[in-house]
Amino acid sequence: MNFETTIGLEVHIELKTHSKIFSPSPVAYGAETNANTNVIDWGYPGVLPTTNKGVVADGIIAALALHATVEQHTHFDRKNYFYPDNPKAYQITQSDKPIGHDGWVEVDVDGVKKKIGISEMHIEEDAGKNTHERDYSYVDLNRQGTPLIEIVSKPDIASPAEAYAYLEALRQRIQFTGISDVKMEEGSMRVDVNISVRPVGQEKFGTKTELKNLNSFNYVQRGLEYEEKRQQQVLMSGGAVQQETRRFDEKTGETILMRVKAGADDYRYFPEPDLPALNISDEWIKELGDAMPEMPTKRRERYVNELGLTDYDAMVITQTKEMSDFFDATVALKADPKMAANYLQGDVNAFLNDNHVDLQATKLTPANLAGMINLISDGTISSKMAKKVFKAITNGEEPKAFVEAHGLVQLSDPAKLQPIIDDVLDANPQSIEDFNNGKKRAVGYLVGQIMKQTHGQANPQVVNQLLMTALKQ
Amino acid sequence: MANRITREQVQHVAGLAKLEFTDAQLDAFTPQLDDIIGLFETLSEVDTTGVEATSSVSDQLNVMREDVADNWGQSEALLKNAPDAARGFIKVPAIIDESEDNE
Repeated sequence: MNFETTIGLEVHIELKTHSKIFSPSPVAYGAETNANTNVIDWGYPGVLPTTNKGVVADGIIAALALHATVEQHTHFDRKNYFYPDNPKAYQITQSDKPIGHDGWVEVDVDGVKKKIGISEMHIEEDAGKNTHERDYSYVDLNRQGTPLIEIVSKPDIASPAEAYAYLEALRQRIQFTGISDVKMEEGSMRVDVNISVRPVGQEKFGTKTELKNLNSFNYVQRGLEYEEKRQQQVLMSGGAVQQETRRFDEKTGETILMRVKAGADDYRYFPEPDLPALNISDEWIKELGDAMPEMPTKRRERYVNELGLTDYDAMVITQTKEMSDFFDATVALKADPKMAANYLQGDVNAFLNDNHVDLQATKLTPANLAGMINLISDGTISSKMAKKVFKAITNGEEPKAFVEAHGLVQLSDPAKLQPIIDDVLDANPQSIEDFNNGKKRAVGYLVGQIMKQTHGQANPQVVNQLLMTALKQ
Repeated sequence: MANRITREQVQHVAGLAKLEFTDAQLDAFTPQLDDIIGLFETLSEVDTTGVEATSSVSDQLNVMREDVADNWGQSEALLKNAPDAARGFIKVPAIIDESEDNE
C-alpha cells in the first residue's frame, strides 16, 4: 500500500515588544518571579486591557513577510478555559478575524521548490508559567500577556523534510523583520505539529495525531518521521489510528502516547467585549511595508547572481539578518565577496560558537573584516598571517594598524628574498643533491629553512618561484 | 419547560467551569437556565433585516497605546493578596496535568 502524508504546523512566535500586549508591564527575561506583573496581568476585577499598537504593527509586518493578506477589519476574541497560569480564565486571542490570512512561504527540498500555504496568523497573549512540585504547583505570571503571533499552515506539507524546510523559511523571514528572536532553544519560537497518513487516492484525510515536546527543528523532523512510519504500520496491519497526543522522546527518537483525545475542545469563543475593534488603514500597511528589510530569498538571489556565491554559501550567509547585513557591509567596502563569505562561515562562525555570542554582541565590524581581507587580496599579508589579524579584529583592533605594529608584513620583494635563498642553498648542498636525484621532498625542506630565516614572513609563492629557478640552474 | 437546554448540557457547561452540581442542583438549574435562554430569545423577535452584524456594541475603534513599558511595581501587593504564595510564586494546589501548554 502507498501512503501520502499530511502535516500541519502551528507555530507560536514571541514578539520582542517593550511592553505586554494588553498592559504596560515590561516584556523582559530574567526578571524576578512575578516582578513584571500588574493588576491587568493578574486579571483583577474591574481592570481593562488596552491594545499595544506595537503588537498590531508586528502582526501586520509578519503578515506582509509571509505574503499574507492583512485583515483590515479585525478584532480580538475570548477563548475560555481554566488553568492556574491563566488568571482571567480566558485568553484574549483572535478567532474569526485573524490579522492575516492566506499567506505562503517557498521551500526548497533537495532542489525541488514548493510553495507552502499559511491559512491564517493571529495575535494573542501568552499565559504564565507553572512549575510543578509534589504537593503544589507554583505560578509565575511574568510571561502572562507577552505578545505572540500564531501561524497556522495549510495542509500542504507532505513530508517531515518539508516540515523542517517550512520552519526554517518561516524562522528566517520573521528573523529578518526583527519582530522576534525566533529561537526555539529560548522559547521565542514554539512548534505544535499534527500528522496523518492516508492511502494514495483516498479523499478523506486520515486521523491525525498531535506531537509534543519537539524542542528543535531536528526533533520536529525526527518525531514526524517516526510517527509517519508508525501510522503507516498501524494501517497496514489493518488497525486504525487513534486521535491522540503523543510525546517525542529525544533519547529513543520514538513517540509515546500521552493521552487520547475525547471530543473536540470547547472554548466558547466570543468577540472580546473589553477591546474595541481595529480598522487598519492602507497608509499604515504601506508605511510598515516600505520599512521592511530585503527578505532572505531576495538576498540569496542577489548573492548568487551578482556576487557569484554558491547556493550553499548564500544559504549560510542568510541564516540571520545580522550575518547578511554584515556581509553586505563588508562587500560594500570592496572586500572580495567569496573571501568575505568564507570568513563569515568559517572563522567568524567558529568564533561565535566558541564564545556563545551573537554577531552583533561582538567587537567585529565590517570595516575591520573588509580591511583584513583587502590586506590578503593585495598580498600585504598571507592567509596564515591573517589568523593573527583575525584574532585582533575580534578584539576590535584595526587590521592595518595591527599588521604594522606587529611587523606582520609579507616579504614579497625578490630582491630581498634572493640573497636569503642563496644563503640557504649554500648551507644545504645535500638538499640540492637530493633534488637533483629526483627527491622532491628536498624542496619542502628548503622552503621551510627560508621561512625560518624570514620569521614566516616570506611570501610562499614568490619563494617557490625563486627557489625553483635557482635549483634548475 | 420548553427544552431549550438539556440537563446534560448544563452538566457539560458546569464541567467546563470546573463546577460540580448535585442531582438536586441540576434539577433546579436546568429549568432556570431554560427560562433565561427563553428571555434572551425575545431578542430574535426584532427584525434585523439589512442590519450588518457587529462584534461590538461600542462605537469606539482603534483604541491603542504606544508600546512603552511601565512597571507599576505591584507584585508585592498582588502576592500578598494571593490565597497562598512562596518564594515570589503564587502557590496553588498541585496541577494534575492534562494539557501542558494551553495556548
